Amino acid sequence: MNSDLSSYFPIALQFILAAGFVGLTMFVTHVVGPNLRTRKKLKPFESGINPSGNARQPFAIKYFLTAILFVLFDVEVIFLYPWAINYRELGVYGILTMVIFLGLLLSGFFYIIRKGALDWDQ
Amino acid sequence: MMDLTPFIPSMVLILALFALTMLIALYTTFAERKVAAFMQDRIGPNRFGPGGMFQPLADGVKMFLKEEIIPVASNKFLFILGPSIAMVAALMTGVVIPWGDELTLLGVTFPLQITDLNFGLLYIFAVVSIGVYGIMIGGWASNNKFSLLGAIRASSQVISYEIGMGLSIIALLLITGSLSMKEIVEQQHGFNWNIWYQPIGFLIFITCAFAECNRLPFDLPECETELIGGYHTEYSSMKLGFFLFAEYINMFISSAVMSTLYFGGYNFPFMDQLLELTQSQNLVTLVGTVFFFGKIFFFIFFFMWIRWTIPRFRYDQLMNLGWKVLIPLALLNILLTGIGVALFNPSSFGN
Repeated sequence: MNSDLSSYFPIALQFILAAGFVGLTMFVTHVVGPNLRTRKKLKPFESGINPSGNARQPFAIKYFLTAILFVLFDVEVIFLYPWAINYRELGVYGILTMVIFLGLLLSGFFYIIRKGALDWDQ
Repeated sequence: MMDLTPFIPSMVLILALFALTMLIALYTTFAERKVAAFMQDRIGPNRFGPGGMFQPLADGVKMFLKEEIIPVASNKFLFILGPSIAMVAALMTGVVIPWGDELTLLGVTFPLQITDLNFGLLYIFAVVSIGVYGIMIGGWASNNKFSLLGAIRASSQVISYEIGMGLSIIALLLITGSLSMKEIVEQQHGFNWNIWYQPIGFLIFITCAFAECNRLPFDLPECETELIGGYHTEYSSMKLGFFLFAEYINMFISSAVMSTLYFGGYNFPFMDQLLELTQSQNLVTLVGTVFFFGKIFFFIFFFMWIRWTIPRFRYDQLMNLGWKVLIPLALLNILLTGIGVALFNPSSFGN
């Protein structure tokens, strides 16, 4: 298995192909499609009712909390990757350290559940 | 000037994969309608071509010829950027998936995999999570309440289920000890598939895959009854097409990833016997690729099957399932797998 720079080259090629395809298609549809603009057609669509107010207003804090918690837990998952790859070499020492790490993390997890950070139905 | 000769097989493969992805995504839309029709005892599209075979082509042409509407209230640049990111991200993931074993043509032996990164699995997760930016940017740029709600729902759903997915993969990595897709497939030689060791992990993974692809029962970001069309309410023409296309490509790719990780990829039972019998590696490779695509198509069918079987979740149920069921279950699965590996494989353990 080689992981020098040449194994990344096909990814660059694929990116050029994908981006080129998307850009070209966007351009072609822009040219080919009809273009009959009217003021009402270009208004935000709200099921046929005249749009009222601005869409960009504050929304539920729950979504923000979820995003913050995601960052914490995703970092945890990132820590687990190298541990899982080297699990067999690390042996019992690896198990013990990970049990302590996950124990600390799970106590935090139970704390946020008890605090109601993940209760969506209230 | 760099010598490009060693890259010719991968260039051909890139083009072939691109064409294949497009074809499969096109015909998945057709299959979706036909399967839905079958499950509801209808006929489905049947006007264009024998049995409606050319319907996807008509749909594609229609996407090109429709008027593109960019609402006045939207941010024009971000409005175009959203679907482009979704589409590019969807097209980028197929590069590291091993579509087959080695093939020898004209005296050149090359693997049916575009590039074998030693962190291939991580690469897939990284690119897939870029896809959610497309939805988020598109929904935000539309400046429509329904789009924004859909985009927020989509992003918090996708990130919540990404944790469960990541954790279910960790348990798999304890067994494989490698992130290279090629190596993971080769370890599952013959009928030694990972599903036998990781049934719980697979269940978590497929649940999360449904949520990541915004498919029913987790299609809250675009549920028609509440949000008109969700994040693509304001989109028309090819920009809408890209969002829908990206969804179908993601379905194809996640089916391929599931087959690779848990169902042996291109491995099939009695492959050694077939090689002994025919003495032709090419034949075995091709049969393996056929098996691989059979598995992929089964999973795509499974996506559709579930769609017409299970009703949509409520948002609090969705979040509870993701955080309070799948994450603890995945952690438990890691623990059990860890103990299992230590007990049943003590010779390779701890040295």
